[in-house]
Amino acid sequence: MTRQLPIVFALAIAVSAMPAAQAPDRSKPPASGAAPALKLPAIQKRQLSNGMPVWLVELHEVPVVQVNLLVQGGTADDPAGKFGIGSLMAAMLTEGAGSRSSLDIADAIDFLGADLSAAAAVNATSIRLHVPVARVADALPIMADVAQKPTFPPAELERLRQQRLTSLLQARDDPSTTAALAFSRVLYGKDHRFGTATMGTAETIKGFSVKDLQAFYDSVVRPDTSTLVVAGDITLDKALPLLEANFGKWKPASPAPKRPALTNPGQPVTRVVYLVDKPNAPQSQIRIGWIGVSRDTPDYFPLIVMNTILGGSFSSRLNLNLREKHGYTYGASSNFDMRLSAGPFTAGAGVQTDKTSESLTEFFNELNGILKPVPTDELARAKNYVALRFPSSFESTSDMSRRLEDMILFKLPDDYYSNYVQNIQKVTGADVQRIAQKYIAPDKLAVVVVGDKKVIEPGIRALNLGAIKDISVDDVFGQ
Amino acid sequence: MKRTLIVLTLLLAVPAAAQSPPPIQLDYSQFTLPNGLRVILHEDHSVPLVSVNMWYHVGSAREKTGRTGFAHLFEHLMFMGSGHVPPGEFDSWLEGAGGGNNGSTSNDRTNYWINVPSNSLELALFLESDRMGYLLDTMTPQTVDAQRDVVKNERRERVENQPYGIADVVMNEMIFPEGHPYHWPVIGYMPDLTAASYEDVVAFFKTYYAPSNASLVVAGDIDSAAARKLVEKWFSDVKPGPKAAPIANPGAALTSVQKKTITDRVQLPRLYLAWITPGLFAPGDAALDVVSSVLSSGKNSRLYKRLVYDMQIAQSVQAFQGSMALQSTFVIEATPRPGHTVEELQKVIDEEIAKLQQEPPSAREVQRALNQYEASFYDRMERVGGFGGKADQLNAYYTNTGNPDWFNEDLGRYRSLSPSDISAAAAEFLPANRRVELTVMPERGQK
Repeated sequence: MTRQLPIVFALAIAVSAMPAAQAPDRSKPPASGAAPALKLPAIQKRQLSNGMPVWLVELHEVPVVQVNLLVQGGTADDPAGKFGIGSLMAAMLTEGAGSRSSLDIADAIDFLGADLSAAAAVNATSIRLHVPVARVADALPIMADVAQKPTFPPAELERLRQQRLTSLLQARDDPSTTAALAFSRVLYGKDHRFGTATMGTAETIKGFSVKDLQAFYDSVVRPDTSTLVVAGDITLDKALPLLEANFGKWKPASPAPKRPALTNPGQPVTRVVYLVDKPNAPQSQIRIGWIGVSRDTPDYFPLIVMNTILGGSFSSRLNLNLREKHGYTYGASSNFDMRLSAGPFTAGAGVQTDKTSESLTEFFNELNGILKPVPTDELARAKNYVALRFPSSFESTSDMSRRLEDMILFKLPDDYYSNYVQNIQKVTGADVQRIAQKYIAPDKLAVVVVGDKKVIEPGIRALNLGAIKDISVDDVFGQ
Repeated sequence: MKRTLIVLTLLLAVPAAAQSPPPIQLDYSQFTLPNGLRVILHEDHSVPLVSVNMWYHVGSAREKTGRTGFAHLFEHLMFMGSGHVPPGEFDSWLEGAGGGNNGSTSNDRTNYWINVPSNSLELALFLESDRMGYLLDTMTPQTVDAQRDVVKNERRERVENQPYGIADVVMNEMIFPEGHPYHWPVIGYMPDLTAASYEDVVAFFKTYYAPSNASLVVAGDIDSAAARKLVEKWFSDVKPGPKAAPIANPGAALTSVQKKTITDRVQLPRLYLAWITPGLFAPGDAALDVVSSVLSSGKNSRLYKRLVYDMQIAQSVQAFQGSMALQSTFVIEATPRPGHTVEELQKVIDEEIAKLQQEPPSAREVQRALNQYEASFYDRMERVGGFGGKADQLNAYYTNTGNPDWFNEDLGRYRSLSPSDISAAAAEFLPANRRVELTVMPERGQK
């Protein structure tokens, strides 16, 4: 202590020797002015001659353009026994299309300084082109072929098959990936699509054929399930003829098949702790939760506010408790993953091995705590956090295109984003409490811990959270 | 006030039929406060967002033996409150205003950004200035302890519990000799994190966190004149401090092949080859970026095409020039498919490097890489805030060159390269007999 005194003294002298600057009033934080209004540029909607919708938003700050083909259908549409086909099919789209080989496509796109990707999400498959606007006419024909004329070359299928089998093997190395997959598996089971990894299992990957790829493509990637989304430095007059030339003649080969919506499995009825052993791991990866809600829930806005308070921001309760107060983790958070059908509600963190049971205790303290009334100032802060940062989610061409994709996929009304801030601000403390009690039942949540079992099990057992079950890594990644 | 117009002319070399894109303009102004703080302002009104971006010109290279990881631990302490900001309120006030923030530490610098809706610019300036002027007023040994535990968990998450996470640490120890400022990891060693003390915090703050050792960019939906007044209001009472002495550059060189094998909890082995290469923006730095593109960017790049696409003996291969202020590292990392070995990969990698050293790449290979670098300059203009946004880039150029508007010069480094420059750089800087060869092997019993 004494060693600090001379330091303070020296500082004081330095201060008095300084010319007196006009010091601002630091006694309280400066007040913010009125929040800036969100001025969204107009969404211009048209149709190509084949009926395919085009949505375009002009953003002229930077001479780039984002063109996305949003296909409504994704990994959730994988047939039983073929989990992973949607993801593989999307990856195969850029492996040969029209007259171009895999290498031709990559060379042409790279040479244009463009980026072209095709990827399957849960409910949608997106083919996305990002390109300097001066090159868009050169890049669009490649994108159009990738969407409409994939060739699914057998040699490329074999290459991707081996690559995916190896990725799946490597995923076992990562405790965080293992925890996420184990969590999905215990909640949804192996027969529900959400209970298996996006790319499928080693068994399904080994079985996929070109015929499977073609069948999935035919049923999902079609002009009658697709929308073109454009955001960037281009006008409708410039864009429409290009899009018409490249996509206007695309016709479906067959009538659209009926694709049944996924059902939601039942919730867990008792709390079970699932342990995945990771010998000598210095941290335990924890995931706690159960089945959440679908994106069309009428409770969307109160859920977002409630989750912001619980674990959706840096100063959320979970992060302040587990990271800032106790130092058990680098970060703790929670999330409702909303899809066309109910995705999981997950609270999670990577915590140091010797604080695993203490961390679980704090997780449940917060999960129980959120069921009680939330203080007014905390509620106001969470609402402002979500509402005031909302405009920044439209900054780049990519951001804007994603917001448009969401509108299409989840059938959000045209004024949805204009009313977003208002709908957040309407949420009351009573709403938050009602929603927390409706969607979080701490004594029924599934608990997954991936960690060093011999060290962490005694402490977890002493908590008496519920039955403890072992899951092997093979169970997590297997059929 | 100096007002400069930056005109970025991006002339992508493409087939003659294609149009050249228009130039990008990036206006900025700059001034220096009497206490030595350099301030750079940039207006962009596309969304009602402001970013306050501060770089302190200190990184892990300044750390002392036995206190590695300190610059980064200190970065964490910068969010724990200051003289007029009670503990916890930094994040709470910002998030309550719809803002976000983060910071990062590298070998050479520490950067911080606050993104806020434009109505809360003054709040962001208040918070940023208060921790520059009054951090020590509320700092306690308990604060240091709390973030010490968080940082140790960050290290566990990024290094010990991350597949191959320890390889980077070992590789840097092999590349740079003991005592070299890049020898130790930015995240630090666990015993050093344990040893870091409150007294260290005080000394570090006084030595490196003076306004004259920092630069501030305020960018986004601002009026430059009004923003300047606000910056002057909030930063003028921050006391000046000593200018940090320039860091000595010991100029390490590898004189032989340094070889090592370590184990990790992984399924597959991985090979790392590494060289010491010219520092950020030094002659050779840009050419080595293009060497890395020719070797591993895209399916048609040489190493990817041979190892992953044609032979299919590798799961992945990556080459990159990791640019740092004093000296850089060029690293190639490759993971064999099950049933194949790092020796098989190394043989092919060495063949391809030798080929590139002896024969210039084709004009198309080089042009393809240059077109991608040029296009990336557009993408870098799309965001104002956060890591890599316009505010961060202006500060990076200012910090590394003294000139915030170094965009054209930076791009010019790539544009001026010819195919023979690429092979010359590979020949000069990637010798087979002076490098690090590190192999990670799976621990026994992994499945």
